[in-house]
Amino acid sequence: MDRVPILRIGDVLLVSIQVDLQDDIALALQDDLSQRIVDTGAKGVLIDISALEIVDSFVGRMISTTAAVSRVLDAETVVVGMQPAVAITLVELGLTLSGVRTALDVDRGLAILAGRESGVVAEADDDDQLDD
Amino acid sequence: MTSSTTEPTTYAVAADADVVRVRQAVRDLAVQAKFSLVDQTKLVTATSELARNTLVYGGGGEALVALLDKAGRPGIEIWFRDEGPGIPDLDLALTDGWTSGGGMGLGLSGAKRLVDEFEVDTAPDRGTRVRIVKWRR
Repeated sequence: MDRVPILRIGDVLLVSIQVDLQDDIALALQDDLSQRIVDTGAKGVLIDISALEIVDSFVGRMISTTAAVSRVLDAETVVVGMQPAVAITLVELGLTLSGVRTALDVDRGLAILAGRESGVVAEADDDDQLDD
Repeated sequence: MTSSTTEPTTYAVAADADVVRVRQAVRDLAVQAKFSLVDQTKLVTATSELARNTLVYGGGGEALVALLDKAGRPGIEIWFRDEGPGIPDLDLALTDGWTSGGGMGLGLSGAKRLVDEFEVDTAPDRGTRVRIVKWRR
């Protein structure tokens, strides 16, 4: 079975999903990320889904669970790069990814995670935009 | 009004990789039929939900994919068939948030919202057949 690679940049784990995600690979990624957070003490997880053509309820659940688990492990998850057609479909499907922070691209996602570290974003859960 | 159906192509749904294969086949057909990107995405997402149901709850089965034509308007019809235990309470299964397995309970109800036609034929011990159609706008 293929695995999605996890890159470490400083104390951020970066995942860029470049394959049509099948369920067992998505589950393996969820497990791998949790383990890597513990192993590395990472404070942030950035998941780039710009290459994903769909996000269905299974992948949506994987993303929500990953965000929840990383929060418990003292790391924040930001999902970046969702395509507009995917966002429209996701909402119509009934998924809102509540509790998951999102950003338009990797740069903004990294800025959110950097802001958390330096304490710029005081209430990360409510603010979607980073105040510079 | 003329209507026609191409001979459906049958895909086995017996493993996670098969779900991906059915998704890709439906995507290719939706591109060929010149669906908008949003409609392609909605149809492929519904396909993914239903193919997974066939695999996880139906114990595997098959998906039949056909191109329709209604007075020059293309549509895509997909049947999902399994010989599994069936859905005991269909109304309940179509309720948002209800799930019998570890899912989010959005598979059936969510898929229904994403397509134009949605029919389920199911009974305990008779398996489940789901038919969906999406027309090009």
